[in-house]
Amino acid sequence: MNNTIKFKIDGKEIVAEMGKTIVEAAKENGVYIPTLCNFPGVPPKGGCRMCTIKINGRFMTSCTTPAAAGMEIESDTAEINDLRKSIIELLFVSGNHFCPACEKSGNCELQALAYKYQMMVPKFPYSFPLKEVDASSPKIIKDQNRCVLCQRCMKTIKTEDGERYFAFENRGDKLEVILDPELGQKMTDEIAKLAMDNCPVGSIIQKEVGFVEPIGTRKYDKEPIGTDIDV
Amino acid sequence: MKEKILEIISNYNKDKTRLMDILHDIQSVAGYVDDESIELLHQELGISTSQVREVISFYHFYSNEPLGKVNIYLNDSVTAEMHGREAILETFEKECNVKEGSVSEDGEFGLFHTSCIGMNDQEPAAIINGKMFTRLTPYRVKEIVKDLKGGKDIKELIYEGDGGGRNALPEIHSMVCNNIRRRGALLTHDYTPFEVTKTVLSNTSPDEIIDVVETSNIRGRGGAGFPTGMKWKFGRKAKGDHHVIICNADEGEPGTFKDRVILTEFPELVFEGMVIGAYAVGADIGLLYLRYEYKYLLNYLNKVLDDMRSNNLLGKNINGIDGFNFDIRIQLGAGAYICGEESALIESLEGKRGEPRDKPPFPVEKGYLNYPTVVNNVETLALIPKILTKGSDWFLSLGNKASSGTKILSISGDCNYPGIYEVEWGTSIKDILDMCGALDVQAIQVAGPSGALIGEKDFGRTISYTDLPTGGSMIVFGKERNILTDVVMNFINFFIEESCGSCSTCRNMTTVLKERFTKILDGKGVPSDIDDLLNWSELLKVSRCGLGQTAANPITSSITNFRHLYENLLQKNVEFDTGFDLEESVKASCAAVGRQPILHNM
Repeated sequence: MNNTIKFKIDGKEIVAEMGKTIVEAAKENGVYIPTLCNFPGVPPKGGCRMCTIKINGRFMTSCTTPAAAGMEIESDTAEINDLRKSIIELLFVSGNHFCPACEKSGNCELQALAYKYQMMVPKFPYSFPLKEVDASSPKIIKDQNRCVLCQRCMKTIKTEDGERYFAFENRGDKLEVILDPELGQKMTDEIAKLAMDNCPVGSIIQKEVGFVEPIGTRKYDKEPIGTDIDV
Repeated sequence: MKEKILEIISNYNKDKTRLMDILHDIQSVAGYVDDESIELLHQELGISTSQVREVISFYHFYSNEPLGKVNIYLNDSVTAEMHGREAILETFEKECNVKEGSVSEDGEFGLFHTSCIGMNDQEPAAIINGKMFTRLTPYRVKEIVKDLKGGKDIKELIYEGDGGGRNALPEIHSMVCNNIRRRGALLTHDYTPFEVTKTVLSNTSPDEIIDVVETSNIRGRGGAGFPTGMKWKFGRKAKGDHHVIICNADEGEPGTFKDRVILTEFPELVFEGMVIGAYAVGADIGLLYLRYEYKYLLNYLNKVLDDMRSNNLLGKNINGIDGFNFDIRIQLGAGAYICGEESALIESLEGKRGEPRDKPPFPVEKGYLNYPTVVNNVETLALIPKILTKGSDWFLSLGNKASSGTKILSISGDCNYPGIYEVEWGTSIKDILDMCGALDVQAIQVAGPSGALIGEKDFGRTISYTDLPTGGSMIVFGKERNILTDVVMNFINFFIEESCGSCSTCRNMTTVLKERFTKILDGKGVPSDIDDLLNWSELLKVSRCGLGQTAANPITSSITNFRHLYENLLQKNVEFDTGFDLEESVKASCAAVGRQPILHNM
């Protein structure tokens, strides 16, 4: 049985293995679709809506939708880029994101996406929410001001028994990702580093190390997000 | 207490997919889910304590903090407010010596607000220790509190008497009234329950059943309107070790209460609809997800199921049909509007937070525990036995071409005869207003907050899948109502409260829109604010589920149909205003330093 399918993104033909999501298939074919909450190796949960595309005129998330033969997908269009920019702006005004003082600056996907979509001042009013910083763990700081609730830490940082270090609390506009107090105490340096690396923003910061790599020479300082994929 | 908690957990075989039931049971013996119980759940179920809290904090009716001995949940739907909720709240606060949202110092009373509890035709209403109290007056509140303080049991306090119909049965014994004002295909008593199960199933193939359902053109009555026959066909085709049929009895759309009445008066039809569906789809697992607010019906519904079991209408080889094994379990929800969305409902059934799933895959392919799952509304299922008895032609003769059959409407608000009306699809809004005695109507909310707010120019339109689709909620607003402050604001708050928060647009945009809407209400609006509201609302359309996608509807449909109400509030001849209040913003720091700055108005 032939396991390969063909479909189109913005008119470009994509050849992919059956079962791949649209984001994966696009990436393999040199087409960048922006993502934020998606993380390789764990099940997607269209949470950030950044990878929204249009299939046959319908909005879908490309991280959760399997590619199918013959799909005609719109991605890099004025309409969709505008709404992606709006989502980034929305995330900025809903938290307290002050890039110059953030350890993740230059390695932050939210910041990189804001540059990519040329956000100047968000069109939405800032909400300046009062958020807490949890420094109770000896290994990490969980800063709620910067959390975009992408669930990447929840999905990827687990104990050997499969218990999660991070979990949701409350719902709606009161929703937060919190660190399990007990597991936070037992955290190893390796887990702490992994949690920080997997966080797309500066919400999880490893303690006692900082600014090892100077701002200005970091990942997205050198090349804009997505340029490693786009051909 | 520790032994009791461990016993509860082992009653459910330490199965974490039964966390909803475990939490309900713990809360009923311990009053709330305390830290010790959470620790035990962590040890016994193999999930971190935060994972337990994650579920507790999602649902309105679970608590990790001590509740009162008596807990009062006062409905805050718009209809409750229109019928004097404020006076009821004040009286409760005074008599119980407690502020809304807290527990009294002596630990006797907890007083909380809650989203629509399905009593819109008999507001103001409250749930007190699981019992429903409707048509409250300040006098009655004083009496209830006095009697509770005097040590009377909650069951002794229903001085109104029972609400009639089966509400009078000892298993229910509730003051809730059915208020059935118009009966049609479903609500007419012209069918002996289980006749189809007893006489039709044994000589009809599942495919033939699906054929009849498909030909009848019946579509889902919950609001989305998906063709039921097609759903069953997909469910039957999908492969899995088990197949599941779920009855969605989580009606949470503010203003709807028809499922409550169907479940009270016609549960046999609903359950038989599930049995027929199970036969057609090949399901062996049946679940009815009952919203927590209707807990007062739980024992009664379980008794109906027990009777069915003893008559071989559930269980093994149902009615002698070899290999037809099917049973139904009722799962109680815990207070989350979003669980009315079928995939969120399934998540909840699996003991998790009720967050909608990404689709595809749809539940008919991968639903409850990843088995193919058909989810149907209460009203849809209750119609099935009748369609199979009277035939699809009969059903097609009712309603109109796009929408066959009848629709049960829950009508409330400013009308003389609020209640349940079963009408044919295609009935005009004007006719419906005449039926319910609505005079001097300014606006009607059709299909609840997620539907549309329409004014007089649309009263000639009809309820239909091709015109005004509806799950059944209809709230009437008279001329004296302030649509923006009383109605739209209530709905905006509802969506903020009930968003699961897991997708960025719904979690954040609802509050951004509220800020801009409030700016206009506060008299600081400029013309561009109305455009902002409309343009920004578009972003919600990329949300994951129906809640998010429709969360801006109260704003957009009120702008579309009542734009003048917004324009009247705008500042005259002002094109730009940030809405920033400098004086207000520096108030706290002025108080701290004890000095007043000189403010320059920009």
